[in-house]
Amino acid sequence: MFAEETAAVADAAGWFLTHAWLIPVIPAAAFFVIILFGKKMPRGGSEIGIASMVAALVIASGAAYQWIDRVANSEEATAVIRTKTWWSSGGIKFAIGEQIDGLAIMALLLVAFISTLVQIYSTEYVRGDRRYTHFFASITLFSAGMLTMVLAPNMVQFILGWEIMGLCSFLLIGHWWEEEANARAALKAFFTVRTGDMGLLVGTAMLLAIFGTLDIGGEHGINVMAANGEFSSKNMLMWAAVALFIAAIGKSGQFPLHTWLPDAMAGPTPVSSLLHSSTMVVAGVFLVARIYPVFHTGLDINIAGNHVNLIAVIGGITIIIAAALAFVQNDIKKVLAYSTVSQLGYMMMGLGVGAWMPAVFHIFTHAFFKCCLFLCAGSIAHTGSHHSFDMKDDMGGLRKKMPVTFIAWMVSTLALCGLPFFSGFFSKDEIIDSAKHNNYTVFFVVGLVGAAMTAAYMTRATYLTFFGKPRGGAAHFVEGHEDHSHDEAADEIHHDVDGLDTHAHVAHDDHAPLHHGKPLPFAPSDSSWQITVPLIILGTLAFVSGYLNAAPFGWHKFETWLESSVGLPIGEGGVPEAAAFHWINAVPSILLVATGFAISLFLCVQVYGKETSPFKGLTQRNALLGAGHRFLVNKYYLDALYEGVIVKAIAHPIAKAAYWTNQNILDGVVNAVGIGGRRTGLWVYKNIDQRVVDGAVNGSGATARGAGGALQPVQSGKVSMYGALLFGAAAVGALVLVLVNS
Amino acid sequence: MVLASDIEVAQNIGFIIIALAMVFAAVGVIASRNVVHAALSLVIVMAGAAAQYVLLAAEFVAVTQVLVYIGAVMVLFLFGVMLTRAKLGKDVDLNNNNAIIAAPVALLLFGVLAFVLLKGFSDDKLPTDSKPQSTQTISDLIFKPYLLPFWALSFVLLAAVIGAIVLARKD
Amino acid sequence: MLVNQFLILGALLFCMGVYGVLTRKNAVMVLMSIELILNSVNINLLAFDRLNGSSDGNVFALYVIAIAAAEVGVGLAMVLLIYRNRKNISLDDLSEMKG
Repeated sequence: MFAEETAAVADAAGWFLTHAWLIPVIPAAAFFVIILFGKKMPRGGSEIGIASMVAALVIASGAAYQWIDRVANSEEATAVIRTKTWWSSGGIKFAIGEQIDGLAIMALLLVAFISTLVQIYSTEYVRGDRRYTHFFASITLFSAGMLTMVLAPNMVQFILGWEIMGLCSFLLIGHWWEEEANARAALKAFFTVRTGDMGLLVGTAMLLAIFGTLDIGGEHGINVMAANGEFSSKNMLMWAAVALFIAAIGKSGQFPLHTWLPDAMAGPTPVSSLLHSSTMVVAGVFLVARIYPVFHTGLDINIAGNHVNLIAVIGGITIIIAAALAFVQNDIKKVLAYSTVSQLGYMMMGLGVGAWMPAVFHIFTHAFFKCCLFLCAGSIAHTGSHHSFDMKDDMGGLRKKMPVTFIAWMVSTLALCGLPFFSGFFSKDEIIDSAKHNNYTVFFVVGLVGAAMTAAYMTRATYLTFFGKPRGGAAHFVEGHEDHSHDEAADEIHHDVDGLDTHAHVAHDDHAPLHHGKPLPFAPSDSSWQITVPLIILGTLAFVSGYLNAAPFGWHKFETWLESSVGLPIGEGGVPEAAAFHWINAVPSILLVATGFAISLFLCVQVYGKETSPFKGLTQRNALLGAGHRFLVNKYYLDALYEGVIVKAIAHPIAKAAYWTNQNILDGVVNAVGIGGRRTGLWVYKNIDQRVVDGAVNGSGATARGAGGALQPVQSGKVSMYGALLFGAAAVGALVLVLVNS
Repeated sequence: MVLASDIEVAQNIGFIIIALAMVFAAVGVIASRNVVHAALSLVIVMAGAAAQYVLLAAEFVAVTQVLVYIGAVMVLFLFGVMLTRAKLGKDVDLNNNNAIIAAPVALLLFGVLAFVLLKGFSDDKLPTDSKPQSTQTISDLIFKPYLLPFWALSFVLLAAVIGAIVLARKD
Repeated sequence: MLVNQFLILGALLFCMGVYGVLTRKNAVMVLMSIELILNSVNINLLAFDRLNGSSDGNVFALYVIAIAAAEVGVGLAMVLLIYRNRKNISLDDLSEMKG
């Protein structure tokens, strides 16, 4: 079955380029070694995982070097394609091998690099876990799956990698499956993605029917044929593109199928970090980028007068919906999760408006800063907040105690918000700019609004986590060094009163983490080197990576390296040329980001900042500063009521009335924005996300009940009834197709 | 349906007779009130199908059909009827009251299929000169291009054997 | 002979099989109706095979027969198991999936 090598390398390519297939093979082999022998190894198999990822990284770096060389030395660098027949059936051969071009190299390097850092980080983060070895086995196979996918020369290998990732994400999200919520989250992720996977299978089958081949690159590959119009039915290509895009929606957490992503936070933080930065969720975007001509031709992107297409619409909706949801989350990881969904929306929207290069570049930069943000969250939970991810109850004021984490977080946040000169600016702004340049004005506006919202919710998260007074898990260990033992029982008792007495301990903050020269157990302090070193590296890259393609300075390295991967001519009849950069075009987005930042900061200080103001201080100030100030102060502690922190003390009707008057008259404008945004977010979360989308995803059962039981008999549980529905639906569907086509 | 061919009268007559027998027997399978009668009607349908395969010049499949279906599967069915102690006479409780839904669904399905087939293959004739498929051709196909599905099938059968034993044994 | 006479026969058997699957209460009889469906598929495969003058359809008809045998084996084993536990193989009583 494993027949001879079928395709020779066209021209002499370097060793690393022709042997890039080793990159996924090494981690895949490492997986088996870890599973079989990991338990007996001194470090439980983690050393094998890390070694394999480092090896993959070395080969990927070599390949990147040689690819850059290849681009520099030839007019038009073609992809290095090597295949072997994997299996054949009915006269059609399916190959396995590698297709190395700029896009593949970029993804390989990214995945290998981030996987290495995440594994190093994990050695500390999951130390002592009961399934330590299995964790490393799964995470190594997970990376192998993604690597297999990105260098796939045909759709079959693509599906192979895609499915390996699906399986491993299930294993990793459900790593702590003893808790039912985690097991359920794993199942939800698996099934939601599976729904999309049907689209991948159907779409791939349609591609085979249309083009007669499943090879992606090469002279007779899907990309070339789609770009040159070598197909019989445009209609069919359109449906194939839709089916494949459904797969991308499922995997990349786009709008109707995004619900699994926040739940996937049930897994260990390094998993979230890997899942959300360079693997898994990027797979959907990568699919669209990889066979872009299919989507470009099939969905009529960049056709004059065509201002809307499926990809851009879904991407745009995702940006706004997910960003709105990020406002109402108290779990730091969930904020980041919705942020990822929103950023993936940017990538999709970029691809939808014909901005291939900025979208792919956004994959690149986003991977670094999002990975860094997740690892920061993990670092906080690991040593800062007693394994809690609740920003509101267990964090706050951590900036001085965890300086490394804080700085890494800040750099990544600024990159995410797209502040000028940080990496996100060069990628995200390019997408927004291209939307305008390519005449997709609606999506230009969506992109701008999304940018402002991003700045706002990240400011909120940053404020809650690093500023203000320490609360809950972040605070109560501080007092411990004075006169309490650190056993869990004592912690639990003090937990309840923390909200009230943290104030008393603020004075000790500076030297609190030290206890006889050693950090206290769980006292907020920066983590050990396994955690901080990846943070530092990623934080640096979050800043630096943008300069590979910094349009403001005329640097287009990234573009030169990846040009040949688009699969379409750049310019007339293909992807539009990138707009020349003018600072004036970036002004609206910078202004909006600044506005979002300012409003959010203002609201945060108002709402959360005074949260822990002790009541005596309040009355004092009331007495001192008089009635004018009273409204303001009242508002603060009634906002705290709204947050449910100090309910008893202020359950007072007069204060409430004053609060509302104050709210509506004095702070009308500011609060209209704040509360409105919050309400919208909550409403969207409650109604659209939880009811409509979740409901629809969870099946028709809930919908039927919601419709007043009218459809209840349908869910009779009788097999024959289900059968009747199945066949009836199939018959009606067939009838519709017949009528449409005749 | 039109008796369009003016050459293969014998085959057409054969087809009509067998097809009618199959349809009547199929009605028996889905409507009989007696389980054993239904099972025996199924034998007629399967034998008829085997005869149609011969008309379609597929001898090997026809023989396999007789061996596997009539020889093995039917015996399994009769065992099933026996072991579940179905009433051997008339049984009024064989059907549920879904006919009111099932009939329109089946009719709709048939309507769509018939429409598409009549439209798509209005009067395409089968080639008259086709020779029976030799067993060698079929085996060449199975063991060369379609080897992979054959392997998969072997696993399915293995799983079915194990599964059937696990499910049905008493302990 | 027309290809359509075989195809229509297949369609008819298929729809009768569907009707049987939907209306029968007895699990063994549902399995019998499924056999009708599988046979109709085989008729189609072989008709197309002859129309195109190839032999691929024969191969797949054989595979279908093999699958059908496996399906009946497992299906009847499950029916027996249900019978042993409930003394009854009426599918209508199996409504654990009620929503």
